[in-house]
Amino acid sequence: MNKPIRTISIFCLLLFVALLLNATYLMYFRADELAADAKNRRIITAAFARERGAILVGKEPVARSVPSDDQYEFQRTYPQPLKYAPITGYFSYYSQTGIERSQNDVLSGDDSRLFVNRLVDMLSNTEPEGGNVELTINPAAQTAAFDGLQALPGAKGAVVALEPGTGKVLAMASTPTFDPNALASHDLGDVAAEAERLADDPNTPLINRAISTTLPPGSTFKLVTAAAAIESGDYDKDSLVPGGPTFQLPLSSTEVGNWQGGSCGASKITLTQALAVSCNVSFLSLANDLGIEAMTEQAEAFGFNSTSLEDLPGQARSLYPPDMDQAQTALSGIGQSSVTATPLQMAMVAAGIANDGEVMQPYLVDRVRAPNASLLDQTEPSTYSEAVSSSTADELTEMMVTTVDSGTAGAAAIEGVRVAGKTGTAQSTDDRPPYAWFVSFAPADDPQVAVAVMVEASETARDEIAGGALGGPIAKAVMEAVIAP
Amino acid sequence: MSQTGALMGFVHRRRRGAELFLLLLALLVGVGAYAAVGLGVEGTIPANVIGYGGWLTALVVAAHVAVRLVAPYADPVLLPLVAALNGLGLAVIHRIDLAEQESTFARQQLTWMTLGVVLFVATLFALRDHRSLQRFTYTSGLAGIVLLILPFLPLIGTTINGASIWIRLGPFSFQPGEVAKVLLVIAFSGYLVQHRDALALAGRRILFVDLPRGRDLGPILAMFTISMMILVLQNDLGSSLLFFGLFLVMLYVATERPGWLLVGGLLFVAGALAAYTFVGNVKNRFNFWLNPMDYYDASPGSGQLVEAMFGMGWGGLIGRGFGEGMPERVPYAESDFIVAAIGEELGLTAVMAVILCYGLIVERALRIALISRDGFGKLLAVGLGSVVALQVFVVIGGVTGLIPLTGLTTPFLSYGGSSLVANWVIVALLMRISDHARRPVPRMTPVDPEPDSETTQVVKLR
Repeated sequence: MNKPIRTISIFCLLLFVALLLNATYLMYFRADELAADAKNRRIITAAFARERGAILVGKEPVARSVPSDDQYEFQRTYPQPLKYAPITGYFSYYSQTGIERSQNDVLSGDDSRLFVNRLVDMLSNTEPEGGNVELTINPAAQTAAFDGLQALPGAKGAVVALEPGTGKVLAMASTPTFDPNALASHDLGDVAAEAERLADDPNTPLINRAISTTLPPGSTFKLVTAAAAIESGDYDKDSLVPGGPTFQLPLSSTEVGNWQGGSCGASKITLTQALAVSCNVSFLSLANDLGIEAMTEQAEAFGFNSTSLEDLPGQARSLYPPDMDQAQTALSGIGQSSVTATPLQMAMVAAGIANDGEVMQPYLVDRVRAPNASLLDQTEPSTYSEAVSSSTADELTEMMVTTVDSGTAGAAAIEGVRVAGKTGTAQSTDDRPPYAWFVSFAPADDPQVAVAVMVEASETARDEIAGGALGGPIAKAVMEAVIAP
Repeated sequence: MSQTGALMGFVHRRRRGAELFLLLLALLVGVGAYAAVGLGVEGTIPANVIGYGGWLTALVVAAHVAVRLVAPYADPVLLPLVAALNGLGLAVIHRIDLAEQESTFARQQLTWMTLGVVLFVATLFALRDHRSLQRFTYTSGLAGIVLLILPFLPLIGTTINGASIWIRLGPFSFQPGEVAKVLLVIAFSGYLVQHRDALALAGRRILFVDLPRGRDLGPILAMFTISMMILVLQNDLGSSLLFFGLFLVMLYVATERPGWLLVGGLLFVAGALAAYTFVGNVKNRFNFWLNPMDYYDASPGSGQLVEAMFGMGWGGLIGRGFGEGMPERVPYAESDFIVAAIGEELGLTAVMAVILCYGLIVERALRIALISRDGFGKLLAVGLGSVVALQVFVVIGGVTGLIPLTGLTTPFLSYGGSSLVANWVIVALLMRISDHARRPVPRMTPVDPEPDSETTQVVKLR
């Protein structure tokens, strides 16, 4: 019987070799793939317990980890939770958003730029520490933006402020907001309940409206139309354009009037005047004349139909559909029809005009530092696009200054500073109030800040809703916070 | 056979000193692991490590002394391997107890280990010659089948996690399959040693393969039926594979005819395919095996397997260290999935060490079979060795995703009284056979009948 016993021995050997090979495959070669699986709570639990780096605004942390004495070693805390929630996002056991998500590698210490630190940690057998992320946010501007939105009762809205010359995001506020501390809690039952409550809230507090909500930009889009007009070479700020009370849409019997049914003055007005009084008739006519191609080209040059911000997840694309018919194209000239924009997009339009026509790539992460505070990386400003020529930008700036000085955007006027601005009040459906928009930048001669304010809804009476009334004071406060230190 | 002759002339040394030395190393593994668990989880070496270590040492020394007294020529490597695995298992179970905070599996397991060692010693003392077991061929076969049927009985049978392989008597639950395993090996050995000639020599040759006669297919069909009953009625692919594979291996060794393997293998594949089609549990297990990630959240689902894979992947080459992993994330980490817990906290290195320990146990068992001088002893040793090999393959293969998962215990490591006790008895039987095989032959007289039939001349009549 020895021959079959030897055969069986070889068979058993093969069985054990198969076990050894498979264990090696699973535990060594597949380890990375398994670690990357979203379902792998071990990795998350380990990350949750680890000392995570801080997110800093100036020298102040807006997110940091403090030692904890429960089952996890560190607790993530947000000292100014409501104001910064749209930027920091939250770091919960179940998911991460905002900077917590986009900069997770740095904050957790896994980033390749922290390799040397990790090596030292491993050799000294200490838990790896995360690096710190410094934001471009100007705390005074952020406070002004947040307080401005909070001051409007029941406001759903957002504010974005950019530094025109660099693309730095100086402020980004969104209301209603949420408390990320509640989601970072170690009581996972509470976290799940809070997450469910927030997800079910009809006011969608988890949405960062500054980058994720797209709405018709209304009259603020007239800046794009005006830019396209001047870029075409056929117009300048003093060109005469149609005014009057109504414009008949091409291939249609529909007549579109001006805001609250008024006239724009004479039947021919200058482009500057058309922008200052936000004359719908003029811009419907301009968009109709320029045509879909020129309009699309100009809108895309400002960043429509694509995304630009890489530091935050969830940026929605602002749309200028290139396949609209003639009537829709005309309507798009006043920011209606199928045109939609995020507050960030409209801030980029203002910042592009402010920066001599050059739109800078917006960014939120200024510097990345190792746990020992040594600088690992600094974001260099980069050009996103050349939206308009320098001369076009100058003319647009002058027109916007006139709009503030003697037009609809007077609410943003600042004593002793030349401010450029544009209001917008976008029609939505009849059963809900219009959206109030406001874009501006200042000082007009040496722009330091460009702002877009969007108020989607508030408890303001319907007939009092106008971009200037709701958004103007907020934009003014933000600009003042930046230029008057 | 000339080699057997040479072996018969060779006098084995007792090597009890070597066994004692290896046992000390094994104790180092067990007690060291226990201390490491305390250090890793609670930050200090547990206060009771002296008492615990003393108890473990007492058990191991008792087993060793018993071997010295009644089986002095027994294999010196088996007992240390078993002691090391059992000690490591205790430490890992203790680790999971600490994570779960309420369970006291380790304490119970130590009690079961004590009972296992007592039975090991008792078996060695009571059974002075393994050949006397041959008298109980049919008795143990019947007892084994009765034990397998017990879980179906209304009052005492219990279904745990979809497999009806348990019986419950008052506060005790018990897996009769583990004991049936030993009894059936004894029964197969006795039966096959008697009928091997008929099974081996009658039959016809079809396409280069010697196929057995139809009427000799009786026992293989009977065993096939029992295996399929286990599969279908108990929802237990693992036990089914274990019993049928065991029977096939023994049949093949007894008859030296690979045709049995072919017939049996085909039968099993056909049966398994039928089971896959008609038994929901088996089909689920297959799907979980092929696409574990897709069924992570399903119920029943592959969550347990996926968690185990995550844990082992996280452990990597050298593991997280005792106390640094999260083995409690895997349900039943202390029993079916103990290898996953070892992989997570001690790494691939320890998993390989464990697999190699099992490999050595199987190797020692098959070596005992090779040098054994009687057919019954050979078959018994092959059977016991194959049971360990198949069970280890099915369990570790299942946990690491090599084959579909089945609920079997990992011998000596897993928490579970029936399994631990039965495996200690298996080791005692192997020790008894090896003592017999390695013992110098009292009188080398040529008149002794040659026990191995390979040298017997058989004339084939047609």
